[in-house]
Order: sequence, then C-alpha cells, then structure tokens
Amino acid sequence: MGLTAAFWIMAVVAVVAALGVVFLRNVFRAALALVLCFITVAGLYITLSADFLAAVQILVYVGAISVLIILAIMMTREVQQGSPSNRMKLPAFIVAAVLLGIMIYTVTKTSWQIAAESPLTPTTAPLATKLFSESGFILPVEIAAMLILAAILGAIVIAREK
Amino acid sequence: MLANYGLIGLFFIIVVLFSLVMVVTPIVLRYLKIVPNNPNPIKNSIFECGMETTGKTWVQFNFHYYFYALVFLAIDVLVVFLYPWATQLRELGLFSFFVVLILVFIVLVGYIYAWKKKVLEWK
Repeated sequence: MGLTAAFWIMAVVAVVAALGVVFLRNVFRAALALVLCFITVAGLYITLSADFLAAVQILVYVGAISVLIILAIMMTREVQQGSPSNRMKLPAFIVAAVLLGIMIYTVTKTSWQIAAESPLTPTTAPLATKLFSESGFILPVEIAAMLILAAILGAIVIAREK
Repeated sequence: MLANYGLIGLFFIIVVLFSLVMVVTPIVLRYLKIVPNNPNPIKNSIFECGMETTGKTWVQFNFHYYFYALVFLAIDVLVVFLYPWATQLRELGLFSFFVVLILVFIVLVGYIYAWKKKVLEWK
C-alpha cells in the first residue's frame, strides 16, 4: 500500500519534472527540474529493491552529471531565454511520441520472467562479492577502470582544444 | 529495509511541506489583513541575500571550471566501484585489495595526465 503510494507519487513527480525540463524557458530552471527528475528516479529504484543502484544514481547523476550540466549552463550567455521553441518542435514531438508508444507496447506485451525468490536486500554486500572476490568479475572491473581512464583522457583532449 | 527508506521519503515530504508553509504563511497573513501591507524600497531589498549585483547577474563563468567537473565526474564513477568494496573490506581480504589497487592506479594515470597537461592549474 505504502509502496504503491510512494511509487505513484515519485512517478508523477518524475514525469512532471521531465516535462519541466522540456518546457521551461530558463535553462537553469530546466537543469534543476532535471535534478528533481534524477532524484525521483533514484526513489523508484529504491521501490524496486535496487538500493545500491539508487545510491549510484544519487552519487553520479544528482552529484556529478548535474554539476557538469549546471557548469555548462554557467558558461552560456542566454540563461533566461536559453530554450526557445523552434521549427523542430513538431518533428521532435512526433519522434518522442512514437518512441514512447514503442516502449509502452514492448513493456506491456513482453511476457516478463518473474523470479519466485524475493530480491536481495541490501544489495551492496552481494555486489562487492560478485565484483571483487577471487571468483568474481575481476577483468570486467579493470576494463571498467580503463573505460574511466579513456573518458578522462578523451574529455581533457576534447575540452582543451581552443 | 524499505521502512528505512520510507523515513527518508517522510523527511523529503516534511522538507517540501516546511518550505511551502514558510512561503505561503506571509501571503495568507497579508491576504487576511493580519499583516499590514506598506512596501518601501528598504523592505523590498534583498537584505539577506548578500550584495546587490552590479550589471548582469548571469555572467559567463570561467571555462576552467569545466575541467574540474569532468575530472570530478570520472573520479565519482571510481567511487562507485570503491564503495561496495569498502563495505566488505574484511570479508574480501588481500586479493581484492590488490584488485582495487590496480583499479585506482589505472584511473590515477588519467589524473596524472590531467595534472601534467596543466588542466588543473588556475591561470
């Protein structure tokens, strides 16, 4: 009961915040609406018993990616009128509506396999064992580190070009 | 487990309600004519928000902030890997310690690159 109520509150807030990102003229307010959307998505992860994923969502999206977006906005000139409507409004709406339709169709028509076991909580400790123990995914973890390294190098090389 | 998160949700609801009450109470009081309404420039000034800005408030900030944000984002993703390991440090033992050491070393190469390219310097 409480879980359903929490889900619906967060779902409605997430959709309203996402609409705010699209429709707000002031790009800074749009970025703040995006942060709200990220937070409610983290809440939705919690209702799905994915608590580590929710923490990652808060840490990476709310903590870092929103900082990146807001810093990018701090460098733009037209903050108040930064998101005017233009000719691409209608095509973008059609593409978004078609995409939404396809996603709703897929989600509702797929026969999802539902595990009989109740989900693990908390998920952090099992994840640590899966990732770092001797029989765990050592190589993928190190490859992920290479990916982070490539991201740092690429970001610096691209951003330093004057 | 979920009940703990319910407390966080309750906290969020209280935060929203509190800030709404703070904003709405003076408006309601003025509407009910309990509080007199004679504005003047000093009353309307932004007395608790610091200095009034000269010129435009939305200035363009220095480009250099962006490098910090980029490096911060990458290190933040590293923290995502370190956190589950840190919670299970005793159970996982020495083997995972060396795994994490290699992990940190690989990411550190990128940090040293940023350092050597003078990206983190403030000119």
